[in-house]
Amino acid sequence: MTPALRRILGRLIGSIPVLLIVVIGVFLLLNSAGGDAVDAYLASIGGGDAGLAAKLRAEHGLDQSIWRRLIFTLGRLAQGDLGWSVALNRPIAAVIAERLPNTLWLMGSATALSFLAGSALGILAGRRPGSAVDRLLSGGSLLLYSIPGFWLGLVLSVIFAVQLRWLPVSGIETIASGKTGMDRALDIAWHLVLPVSTLGMIYLALFLRVMRSGMAEAWSQDYILAARARGLSESRIVLNHAARNALLPLITLLGLQAASMLGGSVVVESVFGVPGFGRLAQEAVAGRDTPLLLGVILVSAVLVILTNLLVDLAYGVIDPRVGRGGT
Amino acid sequence: MTLVLSRRGLFLSTAALAALQFLPRSASAQSGGRITVAADSEPAQLNPAIAASNGVFYISSKVIEPLAEASYDEAGLRPLLATGWEGAEDGLSITFKLREGVTWHDGTPFTSADVAFSALQVWKPLQNIGRTLFANLTAVETPDAHTAVFRFSAPTPLQLIAKALPVVSSVLPKHIYDGSEIAENPANRALIGTGPFVWGDYKPGEYYLLKRNPAYWQPDLPLAEELVFRVLPDRAAAAGSLEAGEVQLAAFSSVPLVELDRIGKVPGLTVITKGYEALTYQLVVEINHRNAHLANLKVRQAIAHAIDRQFVLDTIFLGYAAKATGPVPANDPTFYTPDVTTYAFDPEKAKALLDEAGFPADASGKRFALRLLPAPYFNETRQFGDYLRQALAAVGIDATIVANDSAAHQKAVYTDHDFDLAVAPPVFRADPAISTTNLVRSGIPAGVNFSNQGGYVNPELDSLIDTALTTLDPAARVALYHRFQQLVTADLPLINVVDWSFTSVASDKLGNIANNPRWAVSNWADLTLGT
Repeated sequence: MTPALRRILGRLIGSIPVLLIVVIGVFLLLNSAGGDAVDAYLASIGGGDAGLAAKLRAEHGLDQSIWRRLIFTLGRLAQGDLGWSVALNRPIAAVIAERLPNTLWLMGSATALSFLAGSALGILAGRRPGSAVDRLLSGGSLLLYSIPGFWLGLVLSVIFAVQLRWLPVSGIETIASGKTGMDRALDIAWHLVLPVSTLGMIYLALFLRVMRSGMAEAWSQDYILAARARGLSESRIVLNHAARNALLPLITLLGLQAASMLGGSVVVESVFGVPGFGRLAQEAVAGRDTPLLLGVILVSAVLVILTNLLVDLAYGVIDPRVGRGGT
Repeated sequence: MTLVLSRRGLFLSTAALAALQFLPRSASAQSGGRITVAADSEPAQLNPAIAASNGVFYISSKVIEPLAEASYDEAGLRPLLATGWEGAEDGLSITFKLREGVTWHDGTPFTSADVAFSALQVWKPLQNIGRTLFANLTAVETPDAHTAVFRFSAPTPLQLIAKALPVVSSVLPKHIYDGSEIAENPANRALIGTGPFVWGDYKPGEYYLLKRNPAYWQPDLPLAEELVFRVLPDRAAAAGSLEAGEVQLAAFSSVPLVELDRIGKVPGLTVITKGYEALTYQLVVEINHRNAHLANLKVRQAIAHAIDRQFVLDTIFLGYAAKATGPVPANDPTFYTPDVTTYAFDPEKAKALLDEAGFPADASGKRFALRLLPAPYFNETRQFGDYLRQALAAVGIDATIVANDSAAHQKAVYTDHDFDLAVAPPVFRADPAISTTNLVRSGIPAGVNFSNQGGYVNPELDSLIDTALTTLDPAARVALYHRFQQLVTADLPLINVVDWSFTSVASDKLGNIANNPRWAVSNWADLTLGT
């Protein structure tokens, strides 16, 4: 077994306790909130008599003690069974398989947009710290970062969808259009323009600022002085020396942002009517649907762990010191 | 239309953005007779015979029909699957004549066996409202394929059952459900009915698609080819989709009240308040009579005098509501009486009543403190909670708002009784016996939502409620319910503030809308889309 492979395996095994803590924590947290899935359901249909509530509780196993349900849940999850959603009345694995791709498309595109555009603009701003370009970009990014996601989403929607009618207001694709293959992919991309821009813009600001400050710091380093002394062109110094070193914290940030972007997608998915993972989590909490929420959180946790693993591996490629010196 | 930006001035200077204009406007493309409407929620299951609720009816009523639908005409009811109904002299049976020549969507004929099965196997044991309403139903006889005789163990007023028909009598196909676990049947998600539209498709989180039923029993109907219910949980998105022409209707006030004034001015869109008369919601202050302060009638009267109904109407409901005088809304054509005790807005009188009750103000002006739980289901119930807190503070009652989401609110108020005052939005369903007397009747076990969980006991009121439940003569029932309103407003087991109905925002292209008092949850057979 190669050291790299062993490291990956070690990381994966090490993440099992993390997942266990996540599951137990979420289970207890949701069950400590007032009311259960039957209360939420009966509220949604305008109530019923006491016998109906008792009958439904027995059907969903909600008449059992919390500890029995926890042990049952852990046993079920250990067998790889995500269970049955109370609120949606469907198998959770099927629901997740349906929603996850939408969110992955949304997050993946938004991450790519914010990372690429953010780092490029960051380089532009950090090329000459204190210059007019820098001040404009830094100020602009601060403004962008402080705008709440739902507001930005609504404003973009009002301008580009409602007033100008360039883009669809909501949804992931045209309803029952019968489109397939490339046509369908284009249709989905078309619907994703606004949600991706909204989500991407907020994180773009973050990447821009981190890149810019990394660049600004690099200018005072000796290797820049050495590069200058070697008579390298300014653009080569900027890109190959300053930017390459400033990129490392950005890669770390990429891993960290994966988790926070999942959170941000809740709002964006709701505003743009995208049937995604974030909205599913919100519906699970409102419906007190413990198995569904556990499924969503568990899959999200695995995603975040995998992303961070990828980031670690990317680190090893970009910064040769990491692979060699470490474990 | 109020343009935020000029379409041309600002953006067309950029060549790249200008190019976007040549991309297809896919979203607004309409196919033939497809009508797209906004839906703000996705019910866990869509079977209206099990869950008699507006969220379920909104979609399912187009596929599965009740025996009769509410109507604006004198009778108040329009026959659907039943063509007539007659009560026996002794009130122990009701005979329904059923429509002939009706088929289920799979081609099987509709018969009295379907009605008997639905009543005994679904409405009575499983349905949230039917479990109470049909508690005395013992048998359904089917002398022929188009007659069903409902037998009751106690006298049951025809008036009550008839008024409840649109809500409780959705008929299911026996051949699909018989012998299966009804609550788990796949037909609860892919509905099979007799209605003008057949089930098409459901993409969770996206849409429900219903298609024209070419074999519908009413000739030449339905008029629309397809109905699409677009899932739009975000209210701003619903308004935006209407303006962009992506949906032609947003019902159940899914466009917030504050937006109505603006959106009503958008060319091609109209705000409609009709079509919800039989779905009147009541803004009610629920009272926990276990609280020693609130057990005192003078305190309850003081609270009633402290509320400025006109302010609530104007500021919270922006005029889209009516002041309530008691537990029956004024728009009810049968049971309402204005001849009740009323409580004018009078803070000074409220203070005097509190003094009389023995709760004088202390140096800081406070008399006592209590917890106030506004129901989270509507913006208006939450906003009224904020208002009530201030109104009570003005007379020296220090209320603390406890905000919960719906599951937690249900448990706190209706199971744990962990409240002093609560704000509730119960529904008036055409007859006080269906879901209104429950709000004040004693002896209801804990855990029953939207019922008297405040510990209020009034033997006179209880016996009146019980008498009315078995009184057969319609005029005598109406008189009893007038007395009911008088007793409730005199003793204030709860305080009715305003009654409100929903609004729809609809495209002017839609025809035949809001033409019955349960329009949003009726079958839309005659709904059309013009050009």
